[in-house]
Amino acid sequence: MRLGVKGENILATEGHSQRINRFIPSGFGPGSLPLEPDDNLSFFTIWLYSMITLQVNGQSRSVRVDPETPLIYVLRNDLGLKGTKFGCGMEQCGACKVIVDGQAVPSCKRSVSSVIGCEITTVEGVGSAERLHPVQKAFIAAQAAQCGFCTSGLIVAAKALLDRTVTPSDDEICDHLAIHLCRCGSHNRILRAVKQAAREMAS
Amino acid sequence: MSADRVIRIDPDQTISVLIGKSEIGQGIYTSIAQIAAEELDVSFDRMRVVSPDTDHAPNGSYTAGSNSIQGEGRTVRQAAADARYELVHLAAGLWGEDAANLSVSNGVISDGRRQISYWELLGGEAMEQAVTGVGTPKPAAEYDMVGTSIGRMKLVDMVTGQPHFIHDLDVPHMVHGRVVRPPRYGAKLNSAANVDEMPGVLKVVRDGSFLGVIAEREEQAVWAAEALCKNSVWDGGTDLPDENALYKDLMNSLKEQAFLVVDGKPVPDAIPAIVIPEGARQIIEATYYKPYLMHGSLGPSAAMAQWEAGSLTVWAHTQGVSPLRGSLAQVLDLPDQAVRVIHVEGAGCYGHNGADDAALDAALLARALPNRPVLLKWMRDDEHAWEPYGSCMAVKMQGCVGDGGVVIDWHHDAWSYTHSGRPRAMTGSSNMLAAWHLQEPLPPPEARPGGGSHSGIHRNADPLYTFARRRVVKHFVPDSPLRVSALRGLGSPGNVFAIESFMDELAFAAKEDPIAFRLKHLEDARAQDVIRAASDLAGWRPGVRGCGQGRGQGIGFAQYKNEKCYVAVIFDVRVDVETGLIVLERVVIAGDAGQIVNPDGLKNQLEGGVIQAASWAMKEAVRFDRERVTSRDWEGYQILKFPDVPVVESVLIDRPGLPSLGSGEATQGPTPAAIANAVFDAVGLRLRQMPFTPDRVKAARH
Repeated sequence: MRLGVKGENILATEGHSQRINRFIPSGFGPGSLPLEPDDNLSFFTIWLYSMITLQVNGQSRSVRVDPETPLIYVLRNDLGLKGTKFGCGMEQCGACKVIVDGQAVPSCKRSVSSVIGCEITTVEGVGSAERLHPVQKAFIAAQAAQCGFCTSGLIVAAKALLDRTVTPSDDEICDHLAIHLCRCGSHNRILRAVKQAAREMAS
Repeated sequence: MSADRVIRIDPDQTISVLIGKSEIGQGIYTSIAQIAAEELDVSFDRMRVVSPDTDHAPNGSYTAGSNSIQGEGRTVRQAAADARYELVHLAAGLWGEDAANLSVSNGVISDGRRQISYWELLGGEAMEQAVTGVGTPKPAAEYDMVGTSIGRMKLVDMVTGQPHFIHDLDVPHMVHGRVVRPPRYGAKLNSAANVDEMPGVLKVVRDGSFLGVIAEREEQAVWAAEALCKNSVWDGGTDLPDENALYKDLMNSLKEQAFLVVDGKPVPDAIPAIVIPEGARQIIEATYYKPYLMHGSLGPSAAMAQWEAGSLTVWAHTQGVSPLRGSLAQVLDLPDQAVRVIHVEGAGCYGHNGADDAALDAALLARALPNRPVLLKWMRDDEHAWEPYGSCMAVKMQGCVGDGGVVIDWHHDAWSYTHSGRPRAMTGSSNMLAAWHLQEPLPPPEARPGGGSHSGIHRNADPLYTFARRRVVKHFVPDSPLRVSALRGLGSPGNVFAIESFMDELAFAAKEDPIAFRLKHLEDARAQDVIRAASDLAGWRPGVRGCGQGRGQGIGFAQYKNEKCYVAVIFDVRVDVETGLIVLERVVIAGDAGQIVNPDGLKNQLEGGVIQAASWAMKEAVRFDRERVTSRDWEGYQILKFPDVPVVESVLIDRPGLPSLGSGEATQGPTPAAIANAVFDAVGLRLRQMPFTPDRVKAARH
């Protein structure tokens, strides 16, 4: 069992992960169980795994997980960042993209240990409701979503592209987004949104 | 309060619509909330929508058939008008004033001197309103919110990655589940691998050939399921037919049942023989083929279930909480009242995908680990290999053109398997996937032909055109080799692909412009209007088609189910006959959905539908070999991607005061035909089999 490939980054800075951003649907009551579990780490986890520290959305976040765990599960389940979506688990659809050191990459296969020391940005780190990024604003203006499941990955990919160039050609945008699947057929609006965001960022 | 309450005025100065239809990516919550806000005279930001829940909508049906705005919209409009009536009369009583003298603005009732808000009037109490009919909905002329492009609810959450989907549920004590399906249809589990010692595994659940695992952490469930998949032993399986004989088998089945379709409905009359009428100048015959298609939701299906003290709560992205409840209760042998189903949004589904199956999977896992909420998710290959596909179809057309280029005889013979495999309570059988695999299985029911107007195979088989004589026949074949159910449009895309391609073939035979030829055979003015509107926007080049020197324009038209949204679609394409490559350059859409509730939302639906149907037409077919479905990921089942997508423009024809018409499936039929017709215009090659791959284009030359 590998325990973190870059030992210097394995720091026990924040204790183990804290549950944040719970999403509780209507009709849910914990029933016979206590409202919050005392601890969601099993003895096994504490015994076997060292702390892994990640740089996510400008913050240092520590988790105690199997280092082979695909990054997506750590982001979603340990860090509560549910914006990153699981679409295929095979790097074929783009729904799970995050920015790792400036590149938009799928997070469904790469292990958490492979991104230790990297700067990771998820869709939550692109902007918030209070401080929307131009790409997010443009997606809203163009109403560039139907079901919205592909949206996070596209926003992340568009931000990575526009961080590199704010004057991408139409072909460049299409090529950059070529791996991203959208089943609702919102492509035209998405392209319009990315172009609008580019114009805003260029001005 | 009765269970069918629809509107709830809450003390926090908001108004909730307790909706009976599911948001499935079509934007229905926004439009329905708009309708309620209009009748109640409140600003849109006060509106909330409470997802379908068997506790408040116990008797609802499916969100399907493009019925939500027409049906649910009418219900919500009336309930909101009733609520407004009650509130205004409450204020009138309080003030000793005639209700007719009171007005409402953003939830504040006024008689010109005094003001009181809905919430002050209710004194901190909630008010729930069912449809009673006491209120009178506003006339369309008074609308100021209906008809405007209000932005999609929750879009800010989506673009900022806030939890929104069923996959994002995160509740205390939640554990993670995965299922392991048989390697092929009909295979039986001989022995399951032992994964009990793998990290985090809480429970392996086996019931006959149903196999699943629950683990503390999600990746632990994934890894345990992978190990189970790799190391378990399965026996046997059902052989599949030769993929290359798909349509031959379909059209020559000994089990076929044929029905004459008159005015969109099967009738018991004998099917008349085809007799060539006198005066036939040209007789044309052609057969069109549509393969099995996937819903292909971008997010694999998921559900959460919790089993406590003999009752079950399931959160599901189902299209029908109530039928799903009945089906779950049946399979799990529980009374209906012991099961509650609550809708949570999933990825766009476009019909009956794995949503309901995932709900049963989650319930079976949760039953094995009482009290703990189990979040079950399918992996990509679960969805690709096991979702119920849209049925393949073959449609044989024969027509005669008489003097003056008029169609004097029209024959439409459509062959397909069922398009209906949704869950509902039955006896001795079930449409739920896991039920087929249990130790005491409930096998799928024998498929039966639907007899309703424009249901299933014969949806849109009866063309809107006026012909001197028509004969429409539905050939129902019960035993699909692949699992099938409702996919966006059901039989309509196959039928309209055939009708609209064939209209072009007849126009060509008559040496006429395809649009002029259509208009000549259409009496419905609204149908003519959308065709003309599309023609204007596209810059239609009039004339006989087939000599475009590599560039072409083609049209497709339909009124969905002959009673819903009218749509005309015109594609501009480029075709290279040497490579067989088709480039979709541009598409224009004209739609008439009656009174428009939300113009931009309607455009989004129509445009998205065109792109999805273009993807079907250009790329898609579920592939299989003699053992199993081989389309198990996005490589094995390719869809249209960003570089392939045409520029879309659309124009809407608003009909204030006329009923709103369902639009969610209206573009699925016209699109493939418009592409095929444009290809014919470009290079003179007629594509009659979807998808229009380069090989098919090249083959059409011979």
